[in-house]
Amino acid sequence: MFEEVGTTTEGDLIINVGPQHPATHGVLHLVITLNGETIKKVEPHLGFIHRSIEKMCESLSYRQFIYVTSRMDYLSAHINNHACAMCVEKGLQLEIPPRAQVVRVLMDELTRIASHELWWGAMAMDLGAFTPFFHAFRERETINDIMEETCGARLTMNYMVPGGVMQDIHPDFQRKVKEFIQLFKRKIHEYDEMVTGNVIFQNRMKKVGYLSAEDAVSYGCSGPTARGSGVRCDIRKYYPYEVYNNVEFEEILETGGDSFARYMVRIREMEQSVCIIEQLIDNIPEGDFQAKTKAVLKLPKGEFYSRVETARGELGVYIVSEGGTTPYRIKFRSPGFSNLSVLDHIARGSKLGDLVAMMGTLDLVIPDIDR
Amino acid sequence: MWSFSDIANELHIWLNKTFNPTLTLVIEMVIAGIAVISLFAVLGLVLVLMERKVSAWMQIRLGPNRVGPKGMLQSLADTLKLLVKEGLTPNGADKLLFNLAPFIAMIVAMLLMAPIAFAKDFQLWDLNIGVLYVSAVSSIMVISILMAGWASNNKYSLMGAMRSGAQIVSYELSAGLSILTIVVLTGSLRVSDIIQSQADGWWIFKGHIPALIAFVIFIIAVTAETNRAPFDLAEAESELTAGFHTEYSGMKFALFFLAEYVNVFIVCAIGATLFLGGWMPFHIGNWTGFNKVMDYIPSSIWFFGKTFFLIFIIMWFRWTFPRLRIDQLLNLEWKYLLPISMINLLLVTAMAILKWHF
Amino acid sequence: MLNEELRTKITELLPAATFEEGGDWLTVNVEPKDWLLLAQPLRNDRSLFFDYLFCLTCVDWKTHLSMVYHLSSTQYRHTIVIKSKLDSSQPGIEAVSHIWRTAEFHEREVYEMFGVNFLNHPDLRLLILPDGWEGRNPMRKDFEDPVNMIRL
Repeated sequence: MFEEVGTTTEGDLIINVGPQHPATHGVLHLVITLNGETIKKVEPHLGFIHRSIEKMCESLSYRQFIYVTSRMDYLSAHINNHACAMCVEKGLQLEIPPRAQVVRVLMDELTRIASHELWWGAMAMDLGAFTPFFHAFRERETINDIMEETCGARLTMNYMVPGGVMQDIHPDFQRKVKEFIQLFKRKIHEYDEMVTGNVIFQNRMKKVGYLSAEDAVSYGCSGPTARGSGVRCDIRKYYPYEVYNNVEFEEILETGGDSFARYMVRIREMEQSVCIIEQLIDNIPEGDFQAKTKAVLKLPKGEFYSRVETARGELGVYIVSEGGTTPYRIKFRSPGFSNLSVLDHIARGSKLGDLVAMMGTLDLVIPDIDR
Repeated sequence: MWSFSDIANELHIWLNKTFNPTLTLVIEMVIAGIAVISLFAVLGLVLVLMERKVSAWMQIRLGPNRVGPKGMLQSLADTLKLLVKEGLTPNGADKLLFNLAPFIAMIVAMLLMAPIAFAKDFQLWDLNIGVLYVSAVSSIMVISILMAGWASNNKYSLMGAMRSGAQIVSYELSAGLSILTIVVLTGSLRVSDIIQSQADGWWIFKGHIPALIAFVIFIIAVTAETNRAPFDLAEAESELTAGFHTEYSGMKFALFFLAEYVNVFIVCAIGATLFLGGWMPFHIGNWTGFNKVMDYIPSSIWFFGKTFFLIFIIMWFRWTFPRLRIDQLLNLEWKYLLPISMINLLLVTAMAILKWHF
Repeated sequence: MLNEELRTKITELLPAATFEEGGDWLTVNVEPKDWLLLAQPLRNDRSLFFDYLFCLTCVDWKTHLSMVYHLSSTQYRHTIVIKSKLDSSQPGIEAVSHIWRTAEFHEREVYEMFGVNFLNHPDLRLLILPDGWEGRNPMRKDFEDPVNMIRL
């Protein structure tokens, strides 16, 4: 199974992509063995932004540790917080009010759109097209404004608390979200015109970085990366949480398995997120936005695991509690870590230029990989 | 009405009256040299600003707007910054080649200025093999890039240089063949002859579809030859950080930068000369009134207008297209553009012999 | 498959396995030496088909270490948790990266963070820690870094 494809022979060129490199969007270090322009081996070296969040969380209370996780996958900070809050609620066996559930899902989906927007722009930029980045940010800015009004922050929102959300939504929230949906529906065609339909882009993406369904599962890929290979793995569908089983949405599947399939999954997923938001935005139930909780939370002795679907894939939070006020051990199963491990597998034999396309469609966020 | 040629003539007469012929020639050469260098500098500044404004316009943002009125002095400020920056030479670099490369790039760009007709009767050197001279000299450009890439002692630079070598050598064929179509139609390599042959209509209109095909291929090929996106594989910042000029800083980097923009100007000027009639005004058949109005516009305006239009198209490419991959780039040239331009050349030759063109 | 069915099936496969109650998912305790014996049928048995190893981690219980594997099936959607107690001073367990490829990276992470030695791992090197790290394993409970320790 582990044939030595990547052994270095004379005439091979070893280059370091990163830790400071325009294509890695962060401090990822890849050691690449090249033969001419052809990749023989990709070896990730991690840890440049490892803050040991898991260790830090061991000394933080169950209210505090949630906010550290915003710094993991900073592009879907809401969803990280959501996973942690859900895990704590599972331990406390807390039922959260319906209003909070709906608001959480709305925020998650807005975050997902914002994250995919940034991915789309950054990926186009990796391929050498600069303009889409700015067009993507135009819409992302609107989401950030909505977030800012309700949560008070634009990137690390820290809006989820055990038992619900931190405060009620802003009075303008519904109107602004509806405005955003109108804007977004007009603009999503622009994306297709600008990037998806471009011949050069399609040639760069199709038949590049092929990942079979079996390998995707074996390598632990999740989210759009796995769904691009036709693996049904949407946590929102198969292990529904909050109100996801009450809304209708489609699990986007592409069977191509190449970079273009992964690209299309994300583009179409944005439309599905809009669809979810549309169903919920007029139906936010009245009531409390937070369940009553004690000031100091204590989880009973035991192990709790929650899974959510972030913009990048499956995020798992595993809390081992000894009954105290701080977790005994926390493990974050981050989607990026597993998705990165597949890079070597799909990159072998392709050109150096393809590597950026693959890294783009795996949607790597380095703090999420390193934690 | 003033024109560049009148000014040049009057200067020539005045110098002849004041000095002896030898001294006049020397002074004229010095003036020409200074003019080329200042044109070089001004073009660099204008084109960088233009690029930034065009990109800003396409990317729904404002672009430079702080230095000078509407940010017009931004590129001047940038140049000043680059001038005072430290020019680093990496430790393992081949010092001579490393420092020589940017100058070769610039010298090539300057040499290419010689046969370009900037206005009516206003040309540095109307040599009889003008077009051949351009394609010959422009191929020296690749040497400076290879030199820079090799001497930098950096793997990224080397890869960028090798890519660029393969790319420029291949795309020169297509560019050369599409230039040849016009040479076939005109029957002369002399730039002034080519322009004169377009007095009754530009080649892009007179040469039917083959000329149009040649024009499109020419634009694609020169975009590749000047290493501009979507063919900027030599720089490809998301793959090779900055390609062949990764290790350059300060003024040496600025020279590469400048040379790139001047090269863009030159290839667009050649394109405008060959296909769009150079400084020739736009004329329509027997519309004497319209043609008179067109004639009233100075020839230099026509030339620069056409050139900047082509430059704008090349910038438009850059800010909308993703980059090609190296194998796709070479496929495009060897499997598509080269055969098409060869057949196209045959067609044009037949057309020229049978006098099918207007 | 329901937890009860899984339970009988796993008892068939490995009679030595013990089960833990509580939690959503069936939790199986295995001895480190039995782990590979169980892992292969878990992945390959058509009725179990646990093809998706979604979490692999380790917990330091001071007296011993405990490996935790979360497995799930993309076909049947059932989930199982496997735990294995390791000796604290000489922790070692069979690597499963040839069964679930994702384990390769996760095992490397556990190797450097907890010092667990994975037998027959194809490429057991430091992944996150800087090259030449010779200190203790950072995620162990007794880890002390006099310079960079974060205390909250």
